[in-house]
Amino acid sequence: MNVFTRAAPKKGENFELRSDLNSEYRDKRKDAIKRVIANMTVGKDVSGLFPDVLKNMQTEDIEQKKLVYLYLINYAKTQPDLVILAVNTFVRDSDDQNPLVRALAIRTMGCIRVEKIIDYLAGPLQKCLHDENPYVRKTAALCVAKLYDLKPELVLENGFLEQLREMISDSNPMVVANTISALSDIHTAATSQPSTSSSDPAIFNVTPTILNKLLIALNECSEWGRVAILSALARYQAQDEKESEHICERVVPQFQHVNGSVVLAAVRVIMIHMRNVPREDFNKQLIRKMAPPLVTLLSSPPEVQWIALRNINLLLQKRSDILSNEMRVFFCKYNDPLYVKVEKLDIMVRLSNENNVDALLSELKEYASEVDVDFVRRSIKAIGQAAVKIEAGAERCVNVLLDLIATRVSYVVQEAVVVMKDIFRRYPSTYEGVIPTLCANLEELDEPEAKASLIWIVGEYANKIENADELLSVFVDTFTEESYSVQLQTLTAVVKLFLYKPDSSQGLVQRILNTATKDCESPDVRDRAYIYWRLLSTDPGAAKSVILAHRPPISLPRTTVAPALLNELIGEISSLASVYQKPAATFIGLGRIGVESMQHRGTDLADSAKTALQTVAAGQAAENLLDFDDEPAQEGPTGLAATQVLQQPAAKNIMSGTSTNPLDDLVSIFGNTSLSSGAAIPSAAPAIDPLGGFGVVPAATAAPSTASNQQEDLLGLF
Amino acid sequence: MVRAFFIYNQKGELLISRLYRPDVRRTIADVFRIQVISSSEVRSPIVTLGSTSFFHVKINNVYVVAVTKNNANAALVFEFCYRVISICKSYFGKVDEERVKNNFVLIYELIDEINDFGYPQNSEIDTLKTYITTESVVSSQIVAEESSKITTQATGVTSWRRADVKYKKNEAFVDVVETVNLSMSAKGTVLRADVDGHIQMRAYLSGTPECKFGLNDKLVIDKSERGAIDAVELDDCRFHQCVRLNEFDSTRTISFIPPDGEFELMTYRATTNVKLPLRVIPTINEIGTTQVTYLIIMKTGFGNKLSATNVVLRIPTPLNTTSVDCKVQTGKAKYVPEENVVVWKIPRIQGGQEISFNGTAQLTSTTTRQVWARPPIDVDFQVLMFTSSGLIVRFLKVFEKSNYHSIKWVRYLTKASGSYQIRVSRNNFLGNIGLTFTA
Repeated sequence: MNVFTRAAPKKGENFELRSDLNSEYRDKRKDAIKRVIANMTVGKDVSGLFPDVLKNMQTEDIEQKKLVYLYLINYAKTQPDLVILAVNTFVRDSDDQNPLVRALAIRTMGCIRVEKIIDYLAGPLQKCLHDENPYVRKTAALCVAKLYDLKPELVLENGFLEQLREMISDSNPMVVANTISALSDIHTAATSQPSTSSSDPAIFNVTPTILNKLLIALNECSEWGRVAILSALARYQAQDEKESEHICERVVPQFQHVNGSVVLAAVRVIMIHMRNVPREDFNKQLIRKMAPPLVTLLSSPPEVQWIALRNINLLLQKRSDILSNEMRVFFCKYNDPLYVKVEKLDIMVRLSNENNVDALLSELKEYASEVDVDFVRRSIKAIGQAAVKIEAGAERCVNVLLDLIATRVSYVVQEAVVVMKDIFRRYPSTYEGVIPTLCANLEELDEPEAKASLIWIVGEYANKIENADELLSVFVDTFTEESYSVQLQTLTAVVKLFLYKPDSSQGLVQRILNTATKDCESPDVRDRAYIYWRLLSTDPGAAKSVILAHRPPISLPRTTVAPALLNELIGEISSLASVYQKPAATFIGLGRIGVESMQHRGTDLADSAKTALQTVAAGQAAENLLDFDDEPAQEGPTGLAATQVLQQPAAKNIMSGTSTNPLDDLVSIFGNTSLSSGAAIPSAAPAIDPLGGFGVVPAATAAPSTASNQQEDLLGLF
Repeated sequence: MVRAFFIYNQKGELLISRLYRPDVRRTIADVFRIQVISSSEVRSPIVTLGSTSFFHVKINNVYVVAVTKNNANAALVFEFCYRVISICKSYFGKVDEERVKNNFVLIYELIDEINDFGYPQNSEIDTLKTYITTESVVSSQIVAEESSKITTQATGVTSWRRADVKYKKNEAFVDVVETVNLSMSAKGTVLRADVDGHIQMRAYLSGTPECKFGLNDKLVIDKSERGAIDAVELDDCRFHQCVRLNEFDSTRTISFIPPDGEFELMTYRATTNVKLPLRVIPTINEIGTTQVTYLIIMKTGFGNKLSATNVVLRIPTPLNTTSVDCKVQTGKAKYVPEENVVVWKIPRIQGGQEISFNGTAQLTSTTTRQVWARPPIDVDFQVLMFTSSGLIVRFLKVFEKSNYHSIKWVRYLTKASGSYQIRVSRNNFLGNIGLTFTA
């Protein structure tokens, strides 16, 4: 369809636009350009107007120039032959007396990724790198990175890299910052290629001389420049302890910056360089200075807050003393978004201790009466974690849980039961007094986890609960209908009961072993039943020592990520890796990572992956969609992705739009699928009519088969 | 870094689309629409699909979205999104679909200027306004000279100030604005109280003035004149980029060359000795299942000469409330069914006053027994010439080559909006601690 619009826009909007673009009135032309940009934004194809827009490039009006440039950046690729017409204007602009125009020209040329333009770029870029105006220089510095991205050999041939290195000594801090950004960008690009040797000129390593220049520029440049410089400092390998100390001292003032990303970047540098300083008092002082700015980040907008909270969570795993007296600032506000609240809960538990457990519990209890079910459950879980963590506060935690159970709100009760199980595992035979209350709620439980937890408790204390056999027999009766985890717990609990009270529960254990080995679908349950059965029949003494064995109490892990990974993530503070709390390789690059390479890194994914894994898994389906090329779509996964599109009402926009988007073609093919298979049935129907006397049966079979054939054909197309 | 930047409306239609890097394609915009805008699940502000991450901020009825492909600096990306929003606000007031559509040319110009190849560039609003204007600029000899000045300033050491500022009357206004965050239990225990302070400055000073600013900061006071003035303990301060951070770090002096016009000099946080301007003591009883009674007493915490204005209390009512009978001596109280609150507005309370609210809510009987979540009571107010933290501006000195005389004005304001909350929970667990078990 694109071909048609390009060839002969006889009428319609593009035709109108074309005539306006060629109008003799300046205002009309400018207005037309604006409309072209508007159409471009919504995804309409206006590439056919390329020559007409290009005519308006040479103008005194900077705003108009910018608009034309914007258009060029978008469509240069589709019209590589015509772009050459723009080169002259670009080259002339890069010599303009107005520095804004010079910078604009060099900035835009770098964004136009057409071979012909690139060949003309070297000259103007060379000049602009030495421009007297710093604004032009800082733009030119980034342009080198753009050029490297497209044609590295051109950068090397023209010696742009050496020039960039010299620019680190520029008198203007903004130029220094952009130079650092450009060099780092080139460095990343160069090192991501496997064949890079350490002598590659593109490698940018911070040397002690550069370090000094960076530390000076740090205090003078803009906020974003500071982040760039701080990231470079984070990569620097300090020569000795003294140098690390020096860096820390120079970076600490950045904690007071109003921009949260500067603060986090400074935290990152300090955490990295602190490792080289063995003096604990020095480190303690840094940590003390770090706390207030971290807390201040909590008054940022929720998204920034969330990033800060995720990073604080990591920092606490590394240095638990950072915010030791600050638990209260993490109390949730009623109107915080859920993702912020959940993070705060986790940090509150981390910061809890004997002294503040009361304040924590009254907060958590408050949260447990809120409306959001997910948040309520997490709050109750947090109570359990606090109980497991703080022995002195466990009794108060149990009391709060009892209060919550008394509310008889179904999900609250169920979560509380699950949590109680963990408390029993941590403090065996301490809170047996609450068992009757728990058992009283037996009928209200409908979630497998809650049921399984309660059954475990009953089995564990079967010798102390008088009516344990009664309670368990209810579950034995419904054994085959229960979910797998409940079955396992019931089986174990009944066997425990039997070992405690062999006389009264012989019948029960017989029944359950029978059911589990004969009528049960789950192989795990069946195998476990067999093991128990054989143990019991051959050596009851051994059975007792196995099944009623003493188990060590559980404890709350201090870290959620493996130590090696934690160190890596601390070095990545404020990045996505620190937010997801997993190594960057798991979610960038191809979006997947092999088990071997993970083991190779000595990290343990299992703990941290939970949340992030979902996103990645979801992403893998969409990956094909993301890595779409402009080439025609291929088979299999693309089709899958396209069906996903079809389910969404938003896809209508794509269908009605006339963009060059390859999705359109797919959507229209799929649109045809339903249409053509729909059409197949009526066409089959009249064919049956003459055979009417033969009855309906062949007709009914004929129609679907035609339809399915049709579909198969279509599938074959992919 | 930032690979692409989009603004969508609520339906997921693109209003602004700018790709900064060649490795992202236009189709990526569709992915965000399909995966995030059209899907109804609750989700985090970052969504990573494959190797692409979408950072989004929702404001009014538009989504501001930044796209990255590598292990990007997440804090930077969000700060950038918020900066774009604040720049847009200062250019055209409010960020919503209509205004984005009306100003799209300007927005393109802005996002092109403040980000190059994914790296954020100068985004000082005052400086941007000197060369990105809403009127079109025609390049000519004069403009070229002007631009040369602008660009030097935009990249210079004092990128926030032009050198040639001149005023007949040299004045500086300092506004200390404190927002109190309070979370108080039903029994009146303060669970959390802190102050977010902003010091807003409007400087109309000629030349390149060197300013020194002094507060009753405890760390400074303790060093010099012991106990002469009540000092405040500031937990943390953050400064506008014009303030010399290393100087503050070593001697705690705040010295700077201010931008011309209005800017936020510093923000601070204080948590010790927070004076609460208003105390609210609620008594809320559920009588059976058909009635809830309210008695709310409010006392002031400041002197007789001051007063709180624009006081608004939002008192929660159960979801099945049919009507509320309100009795107040001061102000007006009204039941707002759509928000399930009684809004009690008091135009002014003088210091030392005590006022109360009496009310009864009638409930319809419901078949399902649903627990009322009891959201907190929320109080909004403003108190002029009062700071909750006790912060005082001790001096503002201006030094300039020409040695002119300058006039300084200081104002204080303490306020709360949406963050001053008093809980009205049913029971306090601490009372039940003595519970005994039967084993």
